Amino acid sequence: MNSVTAPVFRFGNDVDTDVIVPGQYLKLGYEEAAAYVMEGIRPGFGNLLQNGGIIIAGENFGCGSSREAAPAALKFAGIRAVIAPYFARIFYRNAINVGLPAIECPEVVESPIQEGEWVTIDFVSAFIQHNRTGNRWSYTPLSLHLREILLAGGLVPFLKGQRQSDKGARL
Amino acid sequence: MAGTTIVEQVLARASDKDRVNPGEIIDVTVDMAMMHDSGGPRRILGPLAELNMPIWDPNRVVLVADHYAMPNDADEAIILQTARNFARDHAITRYHELEGICHIVPAEEGYIYPGMLMVGGDSHSATPGALGAVAIPMGSTDMLGVLVAGKTWLKVPHTIRIDVEGQLEQGVMAKDAVLWLLGQWGMSHATYRALEYGGTGLASLPVEERMVLTNMAIELGAKTAVCETDAITEQWLTNHGVPLPSSYLRPQGDPFYSEKIVMNLSAIEPLVARPPRPDHVSPVSAIDRQPINQAYIGACTGAKYHDLAMAATVLQGRKVSPRVRFLIAPASRKALQQAAQDGTLQVLIEAGATILSSTCGACAGLGAGILGPNEVGISSTNRNFPGRMGHPTAQVFLASPATVAASAVTGYISDPREVWPS
Repeated sequence: MNSVTAPVFRFGNDVDTDVIVPGQYLKLGYEEAAAYVMEGIRPGFGNLLQNGGIIIAGENFGCGSSREAAPAALKFAGIRAVIAPYFARIFYRNAINVGLPAIECPEVVESPIQEGEWVTIDFVSAFIQHNRTGNRWSYTPLSLHLREILLAGGLVPFLKGQRQSDKGARL
Repeated sequence: MAGTTIVEQVLARASDKDRVNPGEIIDVTVDMAMMHDSGGPRRILGPLAELNMPIWDPNRVVLVADHYAMPNDADEAIILQTARNFARDHAITRYHELEGICHIVPAEEGYIYPGMLMVGGDSHSATPGALGAVAIPMGSTDMLGVLVAGKTWLKVPHTIRIDVEGQLEQGVMAKDAVLWLLGQWGMSHATYRALEYGGTGLASLPVEERMVLTNMAIELGAKTAVCETDAITEQWLTNHGVPLPSSYLRPQGDPFYSEKIVMNLSAIEPLVARPPRPDHVSPVSAIDRQPINQAYIGACTGAKYHDLAMAATVLQGRKVSPRVRFLIAPASRKALQQAAQDGTLQVLIEAGATILSSTCGACAGLGAGILGPNEVGISSTNRNFPGRMGHPTAQVFLASPATVAASAVTGYISDPREVWPS
C-alpha cells in the first residue's frame, strides 16, 4: 500500500469513540460494527462509503474510550486513512495496530478541501494531494516500523509474518 | 543534575535505565496487565491462536468481567463465557466476575502497589495512580502484545504538576475538582502528557477520592496520572494486605514540568458537565432548575464506598422525587458490603434507590439504566457524549455523587450544600 485515493469526509474537533462506535454495538465483531460506524454523530455514514473514504478531522480525533472497535470499524466500513492535526493517543496506537493509517497534518485540516472532493495520500513520499487543484501538503513521515505494520494490515499480521520469517531463518 | 518526576522514576526502573527523558521511546517490562471482558479475551483470542504463543506470566494478568458480567442476551453471555474460559485455559487465577469494575477491584484485592508499572486495556486504567502506581491505558491489540511478551513500547511523557492546596467544603467532592480541571483545560490539554498530583491538600483526600482524580485523567487527554504517596496511601495498603515500600513516592530533586498548576480545593464549588461533553463545565448554582428523569450513581468514577456514603449523607431522612428514577450500581461488591454493614445501604434504599449490579452498566451504554429519547439524566459517571448512556438525543449531566443525590430528591439539578446536614 504505497498510496490511497478516495473522497473526503470532514469532521470537527474531539470526535470521541463513543460516537464512532456506540456502546450498544460493542457486543458485535468489528466487521459487523462497521455497519453502524459514526452513528452517534452521522447516522448512515457507512452507506456513503461505496468509493471508500478519507476522513479529514479536527484535533483530538478518537478521544475517550479505548475501544479498538473504533478504528477497526472505520477500516472495515471503507475508511482508508484518517487525517487530523493530532490524535488522542490510545486511538493513534489502536489505529496503527489494526492497520488504519492515522496521519498528523494540521495544514490539510486547515485547507479549503471540501467534503466529497478526492485526495491522494502518498505514504512513501509522505504527502497529501488535493486531486482537483493538484495542491500538495507534506507531513512528517511515519517511522519505517509503523509503515511496515500498516503495510502488513496491522500488528497481528505483522507479527505473524515476522514469526514465519524467524522460523525460515532458523531453518 | 535535573530531578525526576514520579512517572520518570517508574519508567526508568521499568526500562532498566538510570533515567529517561520526555520524548524518548523506551521498551518497558510490565509488572501487571489488566483487561476486561469486553476488550480482552473475546478480542484477542483469535490473534493469540494465530500467533500460537503462550501468555508470558499468567500470575501478572488480572482479568475482570465487568462489562458483560450481567448478560442481557445470548451474545453478551457468550462474551462472558469467553472471558471465563480464557481465565481457566490460561491459568489466570486473578479472574474476577461480578465482583466489581476493573479499575476498582485490583486495588481492593491488594494487587496495586506504589511504583509499579501497569498497563490496562481500558481508557480509565490510570485509576490505580491514586496509590502511586503508573498505569497506562491501551487498546486490545497492544494488550495482546503485552500478554505474549510482558513488554511494550512507550513514549516517555512530559509531566504536568498539579499542586493540591486547601480542603474541599462539605458537600463538595473530588469529582468537582476534576470537573474544575476539565473546565480550565478542556478535553485535549493534557494529551500525551502525565499528571502528577501532590501538595499539602492531597492529605485531605482519602484514597477513593484520589481515584477520581486519576480515573478521569483520560477525559483531560492525559496518558496517565499519579498521586504522591503518604500516610493515607500506606494506611490503605496495610488495610488491603500490601507490603509497605521503604519510602514515599515523590518527585526527586527539581524535575522539569511542562506545566504547573495550583488546584485550591477550598475554592471549588459543586460543578456539572453539561451535555454533550465532559468539559462543558458550569457551577451547579448557574443551572436554573433543570428537571431530570434519572439520577444514576455508578461506574468506576462515582460509586465506590465513599461515594455511596456521601450520597447517604444527603439522603438521610429524605425521599427521592417520584418523578425521578434513582439507580445505584455500586462500583464493587466490597463497596456494597461495606455500605450494608454500616447502614449506608439502608439509607439509600429507604430514600428510594434501586440497587443494580456492580458492573459498568449504563455508564458504558450497557445494561440497566439506559436513557430514552430526549430524557435528561444526572450521573456520577465519567462521559456524556451523545449516545454514551442510551439514545443519542438523551442529555447527560455529569456530577458528583452528592450532587446526583441532592438532585434525585428535588427532581431538578441541585446543589448538595443546600441539603447538607449542619
